[in-house]
Amino acid sequence: MIAELGLAALWLAAALAGLQLIAGALSLTARGASLAGIVRPVAVVQGLLALVAFMALVDLFASTDLSVKLVAMNSHSMKPLIFKIAGTWGNHEGSMLLWVTVMGVAGGFVALVEKRLPEPTMLATLAGQAFVSLGFYAFLLIASNPFERLLPVPQEGNGLNPLLQDLGLAFHPPTLYLGYVGLSVAFSFAIGALVTREVGPAFARAMRPWVLGAWIFLTVGITAGSYWAYYELGWGGWWFWDPVENASLMPWLAATALLHSVSVLAARNALRAWTMMLGVVAFSMSMIGTFLVRSGILTSVHAFAVDPERGSFILALLAINIGGALILFALRAATVTEGERFAVVSREGALVFNNVMLSAILGIVLFGTLYPLVAEAMGAKVSVGPPYFNPMGALFAVPMLIVLMVGPLLRWRRDSFPRIGKTLVIPAMLIVAGMIAMVAIGGVSLLSTLGFALALGLGWASVLPLKGRNLRRTPLPVWGMVVAHFGIAVSLLGMSCESAFSIEKLVAVKAGDVTEVGPWQVKLDTVEPVAGPNWTALEARLLVRYGDTGRVIQIDPQSRSFWAPPQQTSESALLTRWNGQLYAVLGGEAEDGRWQLRLWWKPFVTMIWLGGLMIALGGFLALLGRVASDLRRIFARDKIAYRRERQAQLGERS
Amino acid sequence: MSEPSAKAPRWAIWLPLALFVAFVALVMLGLYRPADKTVASTLVGKPMPAFSLPAALPDRPGLNSADMADGKPHLVNIFASWCIPCRVEAPQLGALARAGVPIEGISVRDSTEALQGFLKENGDPYKRVGADDDGKVQLSLGSSGVPETYVIDGKGVIRYQHIGEIRPDQIPLILEKLKEASQ
Repeated sequence: MIAELGLAALWLAAALAGLQLIAGALSLTARGASLAGIVRPVAVVQGLLALVAFMALVDLFASTDLSVKLVAMNSHSMKPLIFKIAGTWGNHEGSMLLWVTVMGVAGGFVALVEKRLPEPTMLATLAGQAFVSLGFYAFLLIASNPFERLLPVPQEGNGLNPLLQDLGLAFHPPTLYLGYVGLSVAFSFAIGALVTREVGPAFARAMRPWVLGAWIFLTVGITAGSYWAYYELGWGGWWFWDPVENASLMPWLAATALLHSVSVLAARNALRAWTMMLGVVAFSMSMIGTFLVRSGILTSVHAFAVDPERGSFILALLAINIGGALILFALRAATVTEGERFAVVSREGALVFNNVMLSAILGIVLFGTLYPLVAEAMGAKVSVGPPYFNPMGALFAVPMLIVLMVGPLLRWRRDSFPRIGKTLVIPAMLIVAGMIAMVAIGGVSLLSTLGFALALGLGWASVLPLKGRNLRRTPLPVWGMVVAHFGIAVSLLGMSCESAFSIEKLVAVKAGDVTEVGPWQVKLDTVEPVAGPNWTALEARLLVRYGDTGRVIQIDPQSRSFWAPPQQTSESALLTRWNGQLYAVLGGEAEDGRWQLRLWWKPFVTMIWLGGLMIALGGFLALLGRVASDLRRIFARDKIAYRRERQAQLGERS
Repeated sequence: MSEPSAKAPRWAIWLPLALFVAFVALVMLGLYRPADKTVASTLVGKPMPAFSLPAALPDRPGLNSADMADGKPHLVNIFASWCIPCRVEAPQLGALARAGVPIEGISVRDSTEALQGFLKENGDPYKRVGADDDGKVQLSLGSSGVPETYVIDGKGVIRYQHIGEIRPDQIPLILEKLKEASQ
C-alpha cells in the first residue's frame, strides 16, 4: 500500500507541477491574469506531495519491504536501521526522488515566504521552478520508477555498497543535494528576472539568501565528502580530482562567484548580466555534474550505476533546461546590462577579478574532467589527474588569493592603493617570511611554498576588515566574510603542510615489531578477527607513541569483509593530535606471517577540514545576519501597517 | 572602467550557449559510442585458487577446485537464491546445460531450503553445488557480486570471467569461450 501511495503522490505532484507551469506562464499574459492566484498554493501542495512520496520510500526502506524492486536491489534486512534509511538515497531512483522533493519543498517555501519580488517575477520564478521539476518528475515516472514492485518477492536484498555504509557518507549526498537544489531556486529566480526584465538590488536581495544557503550546504558537503574519501578509501589522500569530486566542486566554484556578484548587485546595482549568467551556470553545473556521475559516461572510483539509457534521458533534460536558459539569457542579457559604474581599484573591481578567476578555475576543472571524453572521441585513452589540475588551478588561485587580501579593505566605487598600503605591510612581511622559511627547510615544492606563504598572509589580512570597528556592533555579514576568508587561509595552510611534510611508510611487520614514521613509534601488537552487524574483519592492535617520551596509545585499523554485497574495505585508524594525524591502514598478510602496514604522519592535515567548516560557518553567519535584518524590516513594516489599519478603524468609528 | 559586461561584444553573450552545445555534442558522442565494457580480471590466465566447499544440497556433492582439472572445460557459476539477476540468467544456464556444458555452482550465503526452492522454480543446471556460506571463496575468485560465471579449462586455469547475468544473446559468446578453453 505504501508504495502505491507514494507513486500516487508522485503522479499528483507531477500533475500539479504541470499546472504550476501553465498557470504561472499564462498569468504573465493579460488574458491569464486571473490565474495568478492559484500559482502559490499549487506550488505549496506540489512540494508537500513530493515530500509524501519521499517519506513513503523512506518507510519502505526502513521496513525493508523486499516486494519493492528498488529496496530489494539496494537494501538488506541485516543492515543497521540508520543505513537502511540512508539507503533510500544511496541509489539512483531514490536520489532523484530526493532531488525533486527538495526542489518541490523549496519551491513551496519560496511561494509561502518570498514577498520582496515584484509579483510577475515571482510568478515567472515559480513557473521556471515547475518547469525544471517537471523534467525530473518525468524522469522518475517514465524511466526510473522508485516504487516498482517485484514478483516473486526475494528472500533477501542485494545490500548497499559497503563503501557507502558510513555515517559521513550516509548524509553527504543529501547535504550536497540541498546545495544543488538551493541553486535551482537561484536558477529559477534568474529565469524569472530575465523573463520580466526585473533585475536590480531588490531582486538580488531576494536571491541572496538562497545562494548563501545553497553555498553553505555545498561547502559542508564537499568538506565532509573530502574527509570521507580520506579515511574511508584508505588511500590517505584528501582530494583526487576524481570526476565525482569535480562534479561537486564545479557548482561550488560557480556558486562562490555568484555569491560575490549577487552581493555587488544588491549593494551597488552593478554586474546585472554577469549575475544572471552565474545564476544559470551554477545550477547548470549541478545538473551537468549529476549527469556525468549518474550516466556512467566517465569512469570514477565512485561506483554508480552505468546506464546509457538513463544518461540519454538526463541529457535531454539538460539540453532543454540549460539550453533554454542560455538562449533566454542571450536574448535578454543586453536589456539588463545597464548598471552603476565603478573604477578598477574598488571593492567591485576586486570582486569582478575574483569572479573571473573563479570562472577560470571552473573552466579548467570542467575541461580536465571532460578531456578524457574528448580524447576517447579521438581514439585515445587518457586520465587527467593532479599533474594537470594542481598547477593549472594554482595559476589562477594564486592571483585570486592575493586580491582576496586587498579586496575586503577597498571601498565601493573608487579607492586607491596608497590608502590601504600601510595596513598590508604585515601580511606582505608574513608572505616573505613564509617563503624564506620553506626555502630554508628545503625540498618543498613551489606550490606548497606559495600556498604556505599565502596562507600566512591571508590569515592576517582576512581579519583586517575588523580593525577600527566596534566588534559588538559589527554586522554579522562582515563577521561572516572575515570568518570565511580566514577559513580559506586555514584550509590552505593544511593543504600546504600536508603536501610538503607528509611522511609515508609501507612496512611488513610481525607481531611485536616496532617501526618509526616521522616522530611516531608504532608497534604491532596483535591481529585478531572481529565481527560487526553485517561484516567480519581482521583488526590490528597498534601501540603507538609520539617520540620517546609520549604516552602509549592504542589504535585499531581493520580490514573488513562485507557480505551483502561481498566487498572488502580498509577501515583506517586515525590518531589526531593538535599538530596532525597519524594514519594507519592494515594490508594483507604475507606468506611468512608478516602483516603489511601502511603508515602516514600528516602534519596539520586536519586544518583542511577545519578551514572548510570555518568557510561554511562564515556563510552561516552572513545568512543569519541577512535573515535577521529581513525579519526586522518585515516586522517593522507590519507594525506600521498595523498602526495604519488601527487608525483607519478608529477613523471609521468616530 | 565601466561595468565589464556592458562592454562585452554581442557574440560573447552567445558564447556560453555555444560552449554548452559543444558539451552536449561531445557527451552524445560518448553516450552512443559502444563502450568497451569488458572488465579484464587479473585472475584470467591464472589457475583457480584452491578451495573445497561442502555440499549445498543433499542430493549431490560439494565443489573442490581439484574437480575441475579433469581435462574438460567447465563453467563455474556463482549464484544465490536471493539474487534477482540470477533468476534472469537461469534459462540461459539451462540452455547451456542441455547443450552438454558441465556447470558447477557456488551458492553464496544461502540456506538449503531457499536454494531448493530457487532451483525448483528456475530449473537446475548444476552438476555440483558448493556452499560458500561466508563468501570467502567468492572473494578469492575476484568476484564482487552475483551472478558471475567463470570458464575454467581442463587444467583448472581461469580462461574467462563473465560479470553479471548471461543474457540470451551472450550464449554464443560463452560457447566460444568454452571452445577456446578446450584447445
